[in-house]
Amino acid sequence: MTGPFAATGPLAATGMIAAIVLASTAGEVLIAGAMKSLGDLDDIRAHSGIPGAIRAVLTCPRFFAGVFFLALAFFSLLFALNHLTLSLVGPASASLTVITNSVAAKLFLKENVDRRRWTAAALICVGVYLLAH
Amino acid sequence: MSHRLKPDQYLVLFAVMICAPLGDSCLKRGMTLQPPITLNHPAALIAAIFTPWIALGIALLIGFFASYLAALSWADLTFVLPATAFGNVIIELISYFWLHEHVSWQRWLGVFLITAAVGFVAQGPSLTTHPTQVSAQPPTPARTASEAS
Repeated sequence: MTGPFAATGPLAATGMIAAIVLASTAGEVLIAGAMKSLGDLDDIRAHSGIPGAIRAVLTCPRFFAGVFFLALAFFSLLFALNHLTLSLVGPASASLTVITNSVAAKLFLKENVDRRRWTAAALICVGVYLLAH
Repeated sequence: MSHRLKPDQYLVLFAVMICAPLGDSCLKRGMTLQPPITLNHPAALIAAIFTPWIALGIALLIGFFASYLAALSWADLTFVLPATAFGNVIIELISYFWLHEHVSWQRWLGVFLITAAVGFVAQGPSLTTHPTQVSAQPPTPARTASEAS
């Protein structure tokens, strides 16, 4: 069997891509929240040097929760790449992650996702789709 | 507050753009060389990490991650996201100008849309300022003087 689904079916492919998207979104939102709670890393580096900046990041529990979910997304990506084509996994996960991240950033990080940013997210989705076809 | 970026912050965003697509390409090449891996043998995924192409891909993705963390400390997640999507554009440009591959008009349209998206977001503020953050800032001397009068 050839094609983007290779040796698996559309349902399994959807599940693999959904696992990447959900884990990636959870990880990125947790890490963005952790970085916001720390403040500008450039300022921390200016005052405490690179070891101080690394220490600040590594002593933030929310950062490790984010890393856990990003690791989950990474191994989901490896697993999916072993069964599906990059031209399916890459664009599908990238375009969906943009939308889920925008929604999650507005809900959980209280970011001002204005019309400009929603437009950008929509353009990226369509653009990534076109690049894949 | 406009939250405009400094030149070195644009460099960090450039690293975010360039490291991710190169790392992903190395991962794909490495995983293609692996035999099919099933959930019954998850240890095979761990062993795959130590193969050259996947190790190189991981090194590039670590560079991406460090730049990404730095960017998230001074910009919104929804501001940094278009930079990661711009990696797709870089892959297309490498394909056309370096590998001399044919790029269809649909792909050029995709390049245009993603570039436009980056332009849209870059024109706006990089960081959301909440009212509590504004009120928590110390008063400026000019404001203090006007309040005193």
